[in-house]
Amino acid sequence: MKNILIKNARVIDPKNNRDEVTNVYINKQRIAAIGTAPEEFNADNTIDAQGLWLIPGLVDMSARLREPGLEQKANIETEARAAASAGITTLCTPPDTDPVIDEPAVVELIHHKAKQAKQSHVVALGALTAGLKGEHLSEMATLKDAGCVGVSNCKNAINNTLVLRRAFEYASTHNITVFIEAHEPDLSANGCAHEGPIASRLGLTPIPYAAETAPIAQILELIRDTDIRVHFGRLSCARSIELIKEAKDNGLKVTADVAAHQLHLTEMDISSFNSQCHVLPPLRTQRDMEALRLGLEHGVINSICSDHQPHELDAKQAPFPATEAGISGVETLLPLTLKLVENKQLSMNKAIASITCNPASILGLDIGHLSEGAPANICLIDPDKEWTFSTDEMLSHGKNTPFSGWNFKGKVVTTLLQGKVIFNE
Amino acid sequence: MVNKATRPTDNLLGQDLWNIQLDENGQLKHFLTIEGLGSNILTQILDTAESFAGVNESIKKVPLLRGKTIVNLFFEASTRTRTTFELAAKRLSADVLNMNISVSATSKGETLLDTLRNLEAMQADMFVVRHADSGTAHFIANHVAPHVRVLNAGDGRHAHPTQAMLDMFTIRRNKGADFGKLRVAIVGDILHSRVARSQIHALNTLNTGEVRVVGPKTLIPKDIEAMGVNVFHNMQDGIKDADVVIMLRLQKERMQGALLPSEQEYFELYGLTEQRLKAAKPGAIVMHPGPINRGVEIESSVADGPQSVILDQVTYGIAVRMAVMSMTLGGNRAKSNQEEAS
Repeated sequence: MKNILIKNARVIDPKNNRDEVTNVYINKQRIAAIGTAPEEFNADNTIDAQGLWLIPGLVDMSARLREPGLEQKANIETEARAAASAGITTLCTPPDTDPVIDEPAVVELIHHKAKQAKQSHVVALGALTAGLKGEHLSEMATLKDAGCVGVSNCKNAINNTLVLRRAFEYASTHNITVFIEAHEPDLSANGCAHEGPIASRLGLTPIPYAAETAPIAQILELIRDTDIRVHFGRLSCARSIELIKEAKDNGLKVTADVAAHQLHLTEMDISSFNSQCHVLPPLRTQRDMEALRLGLEHGVINSICSDHQPHELDAKQAPFPATEAGISGVETLLPLTLKLVENKQLSMNKAIASITCNPASILGLDIGHLSEGAPANICLIDPDKEWTFSTDEMLSHGKNTPFSGWNFKGKVVTTLLQGKVIFNE
Repeated sequence: MVNKATRPTDNLLGQDLWNIQLDENGQLKHFLTIEGLGSNILTQILDTAESFAGVNESIKKVPLLRGKTIVNLFFEASTRTRTTFELAAKRLSADVLNMNISVSATSKGETLLDTLRNLEAMQADMFVVRHADSGTAHFIANHVAPHVRVLNAGDGRHAHPTQAMLDMFTIRRNKGADFGKLRVAIVGDILHSRVARSQIHALNTLNTGEVRVVGPKTLIPKDIEAMGVNVFHNMQDGIKDADVVIMLRLQKERMQGALLPSEQEYFELYGLTEQRLKAAKPGAIVMHPGPINRGVEIESSVADGPQSVILDQVTYGIAVRMAVMSMTLGGNRAKSNQEEAS
């Protein structure tokens, strides 16, 4: 299909400050024009989008696809297909695969598998240190050449602060963004619940706020007076937002994201030992949840991600502390984000930006917007469709979600990647 | 909050902690935690235990659970506790199967669910479960066949409800049924103690006048006040005018985790000595769930002294466990017998 015309959609494009009902013209995988047809444009295919919303294809900052190494949980093909059905056109996978993404061959393998799947695009973060062991620097420049959009040590500790400082300096030398999942393993001590009344009552090993805030404060001090770009992912504490805000006010190039589930669940949700709510960082208090929402509205937090972690059934079928942490989240990223808009907890513009242009910009990708000439990555949504999310209908290989049975308003109808339909309901 | 109305319908997940222990008539079905059980149930347990206490002394055996199979499923080694459950089951004429499963064995492939299914196939009627992970008893209760009952013999740091009930039994026998006038101090490692958590729930449900916990900040869990206790860090203040002093066992490994500097300093600050016990009310009773570390949390002369009821606790343990077993397992049969008679 060469030329596509999408007619009469409500086009919401936060990056270009656009929110109007109009036509979108696609030519050769790219957006040719919005509003008036380009000269000599003959549509090979016309989509009548009357009553639908048209937004840029979603960009998910953090989705574990489990390949290579953990294929019993999921693989790139299944997860990219699930993502496409949920309007996501670009997934970013962290480097804690097996083998770790610390050499070009692994990056190539992931790119190859994603290409074969012909679903959502997949980009990768490389390891910050070799094997994520926190001892030696990874070959960051080589990883960047191989296509990595940044580097991260995931939740693995770097015990030697000098190694951490040098890792930042080296990444900065090569203009590479460092992605941090702030998590101090000594402080969290294999815990599984927020340190507070619920964990104390249930006798679950607690994870204090400081397990997240202490490393953030330390890193912000280490990167003072540098021009390095650091992204803090999966924040859970109100105090973290204060720290990030102060750093931003001081001109540091820091950005932040939050997992969608952290905006809807709190520590109360584990009070019946519901292992589907076992996540890391843990679900915290109502106050923290409100602070995270406000952080988004005020722009301190830039992005919402799925923090997708699909698991096999057995991983969640055990006593709470023995279960694996994480939620299979790609299919609830958009519904949970739209729910915030519906509940008037987040403006439409901020909500859409936080799952499209903002994460794209943090990953250094020129996508997530509908400018002329941009790749035609598009998500069409029926905003009035009321539906019930159910594990039975999930496409992800991982059915681990606490949101089964939740009612949502607004559902993806069609997803286009570079002008090609990769999902159509 | 996960909305209750929109929870998954399959009963594998998300069952409420509170309701799963009771059947549709509000009778005890599983015994997993004190939390969520009313004073009526707790009093029923104590009264039933009182009726069995006589059995222990004279008759030795009653036929209440004849033909029933009780499986002691212990993932944590504990000869003492297992023995009292075994004895309780035998005095009710049940068949008993002891399974000691080391955690390493289950980690070698067979999941906890596999183990359960295998044992269920042997026609088990009740699992008595002890496990190092908090929430294990709930997990098992959520997954067993409908007729199978689950009794928590200790899960992680979460709950040890039969221990708490035998402690309540001991208090009631010594101090009378009116808990409202009592002040109870629980001293030591509250952080790691499932016994303390269950005691706190039981004492508050029975309307105890004041419940205190005493220990250094490293051994007191955060926001424990929310469970209805007053927190003391000074031993002298903490046991002042107490009617009941419950000492908890201090595990040796607490020194490794930098929670305490040494056993000597702990005994110096929190050990129960004759001298220190004078701060409590005259006639206060001293309790301990055992096994005792003499010279670490308690002085020998106190443990063996006139105010100690530690050996009573062990004796009452059997009657209380008989009570819970007969209420959960024999209840339905007893009721249907009644119906037939009427």
